[in-house]
Amino acid sequence: MIRALLLLAALALALVWSVALPWGDLSDLMREDLSLGWMVLIELRLPRALLALSYGAMLGAAGAAIQALFANPLASPDLTGTTSGAALGAVVTAYTFGLSQPVALSAGAVIGALGALALLIALAGPRAETATLLLAGLAISALAGALTTLALALAPSPFAFYDAYDWLMGSLVDRSLMQAAFAGLPALLSIVLLMRLAPALDALALGEEVALSLGHDLRAVRLRVICIGAFGVGACVAICGAIGFIGLVAPIFARRLTRGHPGRAILPAALIGAVLLIVADLAVRSAPLGRTLPIGVATALVGAPFFLWLVAHMRWRLRS
Amino acid sequence: MSALLLASNLSLPGRLDDASLALAPGTLTCLVGPNGSGKTSLLHAIAGIARASGRVAIDGVDPSREPTARRARLLGFLPASRDIQWPLVARDLVALGGATPGEITATLAALELGGVAHRRIDRLSTGERSRVLLARVLAPRPRLLLLDEPTANLDPLWQIRLMELLRDGLAATGQAALVAIHDLDAAARFADRIILMNEGRIVAEGPPAELIDGAHVRAVFGIEKAGGLWRPLRPPEDPRSSR
Repeated sequence: MIRALLLLAALALALVWSVALPWGDLSDLMREDLSLGWMVLIELRLPRALLALSYGAMLGAAGAAIQALFANPLASPDLTGTTSGAALGAVVTAYTFGLSQPVALSAGAVIGALGALALLIALAGPRAETATLLLAGLAISALAGALTTLALALAPSPFAFYDAYDWLMGSLVDRSLMQAAFAGLPALLSIVLLMRLAPALDALALGEEVALSLGHDLRAVRLRVICIGAFGVGACVAICGAIGFIGLVAPIFARRLTRGHPGRAILPAALIGAVLLIVADLAVRSAPLGRTLPIGVATALVGAPFFLWLVAHMRWRLRS
Repeated sequence: MSALLLASNLSLPGRLDDASLALAPGTLTCLVGPNGSGKTSLLHAIAGIARASGRVAIDGVDPSREPTARRARLLGFLPASRDIQWPLVARDLVALGGATPGEITATLAALELGGVAHRRIDRLSTGERSRVLLARVLAPRPRLLLLDEPTANLDPLWQIRLMELLRDGLAATGQAALVAIHDLDAAARFADRIILMNEGRIVAEGPPAELIDGAHVRAVFGIEKAGGLWRPLRPPEDPRSSR
């Protein structure tokens, strides 16, 4: 209970911090022109913070659900190729078909994510071993990445690569409140729907046979996790591009709050994912590099070493 | 006598062929048969894990139509695999079976697991882990226990204690158990009835005294009891080989 409150407090603090800071520039601006100051706050900083909140939460929740489904702590939307599939879907929609409305982009990304997850299950099977799962995910990511590059290379617009670069690396910059809603509302809905699957996902911790004997319809659960996950992650990728490792890391910390229960960890994983992404965004904003780093680069720089540590830790534990 | 479990005409293509059985309350029934004879398939069909044709009723209720919470009170299934699916704390794993905290504490105490209740399942010995998995099934006191090889991985003392615990517990509570087991001596000693399976069919059923030393066991397993030990049947002499 105390930990849950601390988590909520951290989230609120990170959100306020993200909207209000740096405060100096903003207060100067407000003193000069109050309405302009408010506009910066509402139209620039608020959407960015809301996007970090909803995308981070979505990645955390989807990661927790996918890890529970595969009974594997190394599964996540990015390592299973879901985010790359969504990116491919959005790129094809935007640059091959020339549709750039948010609805079309979201639909394309969701279809891409669905395709990637369906391919993963077909390749690796419903309860794959770590190696099979990661290899299948790697293959799907590589394929989706190559097809994304191909789609950009063949795009009618000569600026497609340059244009898509920031988005592909993951970016929360210069999005409108409308765009934030296009990512945030599907994410919120998906998280609520995923949470309803928590009892079945917890029962899956006892193995498929036992979950079935307890009356859980596993085919329906599997289908729902995949469709809901693809819907939420796809909608976020369409607006902000692919951001890695949050979906891997957040559930691992979340399960420390749920005594290891995989299904119950969905909500805490969403909250932790939101905090992580907001903090990552604050970090790239305040890094003294002269220009803003794409946020996907920042999460990968911290997340990839964590992933390596996790693999080493698992190997060490298997040996001992 | 009204049956606790009534299963009629259960079939799974290629695995189970028209199996029907009835279990009385308070009884322990052992399911014996060679590898691949359909014991696990029969348990799966009754537990609703495999969608078999035919009908299953526990106390007159079709378990597949019951919501999860009530189903945990109707039937409990222990799979043969003791693999760790997810490293939960022992007590939490038991709690996922749907029992109340009081039932969980009592079951853990009965299986002498009180000392390891707060340790993670992957850090327990194989025998302790088997007992924790069993506690998950026993704790909510389901009307019907379906146990696939419950004594596998247990040491000799615990094999006997478990079977005694089951037999005495069932008699006291009026639950029934269907236990797939390879140990014919344990089956003969503890079961009220024995069901013998071969090639997906129930080939014989009866009290242990009639069944275990009978012709059916010899024919199905190819073994016989001689001097208190099970031995393979000697193949009939081939008249040509003696020349």
